[in-house]
Amino acid sequence: MKITNEQLKEMYLTMLKIRKFETSAMDLFAEGKIPGFVHLYIGEEAVATGACANLRQDDYITSTHRGHGHIIAKGGDLNNMMAELFGREDGYCKGKGGSMHIADATKGILGANGIVGAGHNIAVGSGLAIQYKKTDQVCICFFGDASTNQSTFHEALNLSSVWKLPVIFVCENNGYGISVSQARHQAITDVSVRASAYNMPGITVDGNDVFAVYEAVGEAVARARKGQGPTLIECKTYRWRGHFEGDPTVYRPEGELEAWLKKDPIPRVEKFFIDNGIMKEEEIKQLNNDVERMVEEAKEFAENSPVPSLESALKDVYSDIVEEGRIR
Amino acid sequence: MKNMTYAEGIREAMRVKIKDDPNVLLFGEDVGKFGGCFGVSAGLWEEFGDDRIRDTPISEGVIVGAAVGSAACGLKPIAELMFIDFITVGMDQLINQAAKMRYMFGGKINLPMVIRVPAGAGIGAAAQHSQSLEAWVTHVPGLKVVYPSNAQDAYGLLLTSIDDQNPVVFIENKVLYSMKNEVDENELKPIPLGKARIAKEGTDVTIITYGRQVYDSLEAAKALDKEGINAEVIDLRTLFPLDKETIFESIEKTHKVVLVSEECKRGAYTGEIAAIIAEEYFYECDAPIKRVGALNTPIPFATDLESYVVPNSKDIELAVKSLF
Repeated sequence: MKITNEQLKEMYLTMLKIRKFETSAMDLFAEGKIPGFVHLYIGEEAVATGACANLRQDDYITSTHRGHGHIIAKGGDLNNMMAELFGREDGYCKGKGGSMHIADATKGILGANGIVGAGHNIAVGSGLAIQYKKTDQVCICFFGDASTNQSTFHEALNLSSVWKLPVIFVCENNGYGISVSQARHQAITDVSVRASAYNMPGITVDGNDVFAVYEAVGEAVARARKGQGPTLIECKTYRWRGHFEGDPTVYRPEGELEAWLKKDPIPRVEKFFIDNGIMKEEEIKQLNNDVERMVEEAKEFAENSPVPSLESALKDVYSDIVEEGRIR
Repeated sequence: MKNMTYAEGIREAMRVKIKDDPNVLLFGEDVGKFGGCFGVSAGLWEEFGDDRIRDTPISEGVIVGAAVGSAACGLKPIAELMFIDFITVGMDQLINQAAKMRYMFGGKINLPMVIRVPAGAGIGAAAQHSQSLEAWVTHVPGLKVVYPSNAQDAYGLLLTSIDDQNPVVFIENKVLYSMKNEVDENELKPIPLGKARIAKEGTDVTIITYGRQVYDSLEAAKALDKEGINAEVIDLRTLFPLDKETIFESIEKTHKVVLVSEECKRGAYTGEIAAIIAEEYFYECDAPIKRVGALNTPIPFATDLESYVVPNSKDIELAVKSLF
């Protein structure tokens, strides 16, 4: 697949945005500025980036509880995202969703999701709408290895294959379902083998290699746009942090994280740029500074955004019904 | 005036919407050539074809999920689950996704989807095909819940439900499917959600009910008339939004309330309505609020046992009399 230097730089920029946004979220959570749960995408940046680089604005994605990376890669606004993590009025969901429910329908982001495996079936619905309207859009469904043990995974792969829906199932196999390692939660090592049960192509790629992800997803997207049905792509990767912030990760064998740190997807791209004369070290540094500033601005935007009014809690339950509040 | 069955009312509403609105489609188990387990969609596949009338695998999770996802992407799906009992299999998609998406996303998404679910006992289908689970869905903010009792209402309420921008659980009573009602052809039009219907006017007691129990209540009212008790029967038609206005107006007149549903009494939606009346209209009542429901058991198979567990007109009659 052809890939221009501009596209490469764009993908690098996306990976940086994810890494630095997540690092900032990690710090802000530790400072007590972000309530609730935060599941960070650090280490998995190449998957969302390589996959979404194949998409147009009018394509769809479904995401997971670990959704920040997908949303950034699909064009989500850092300011609105950070404000949502803070639970503020200018957040994507006006402070009603938080980290696990960020969505932007205008960009085809059908929501992060707090239920493991719930996105699979929503993606089928999205694929159905695309096929029904006879457009050449596609939907990428992101999910983790552990969710492939949910019935939804099997229902969704089955029906999307029967109906030949334009859905690309992108599995982020990070080796764990919360604390339970893949070897202890399923009797396979490659999730992609499950594609054969549904008579669709299945492939495993290095999820820390953004080019490999880009290429595999690109082929699947091209097939889906032509009405040739769904694909299952497994991206082997690793989350550097725990399942959520505050998880002490006692379940990890010694040395495992360190081995994966060496496979950091971001320096791999930087090395490629320098080796091939695409970007100089100075430019890379500049880009890093630019993104740091963007994230800093997002943080300021979030901090300056008002806390939602209490009355707003009653709104948006229905399009046309607002129930009474309480008197205090 | 013409006669129409309850099933025909539902089918006609679907036919009209599918014909008029290119974004409306129907999918579910056996809804195609087979015409639906209860024949409700009979003829629609022949008329509209595979694209608009789709058979699905027996996968309730993805049936509800496909409704959620396609509604989020601009369609107006009608999804049929063969029995309300099977809603359990698709519950995550209904409760955690459909009901909450608009709210979680800050109001920035519409979900115009209808989940049609046949409910209720009375056909010897036993414990996993006979439940009345309306309390489960009325409990959840974000869902609207409709439960028609006759062909005219089924038609009008389904037209409105399909156009609603929120997920609607449309509960159909399977015993009523074949029941013929007189319908006013000039009145075959959308009925707003949240508007109850006075099935019979009365002055002495208010019987609040819906679905199949409207008929049992009317029968009880007839018997009570002979004993000098003039009962008013309210057919709620929509369980949420609830037409409190019609309920309160009636209580102001009668000062006595009996709530009737086919749900097992424990945790029934009638309990919620009773609580609303007790909280907001206690001083208008001059007798305890009475409830009639099924016994707190699963629905048994044997005919005699089934009809013992489910309430009938005699139970309603006795409940009313206990207030006088």
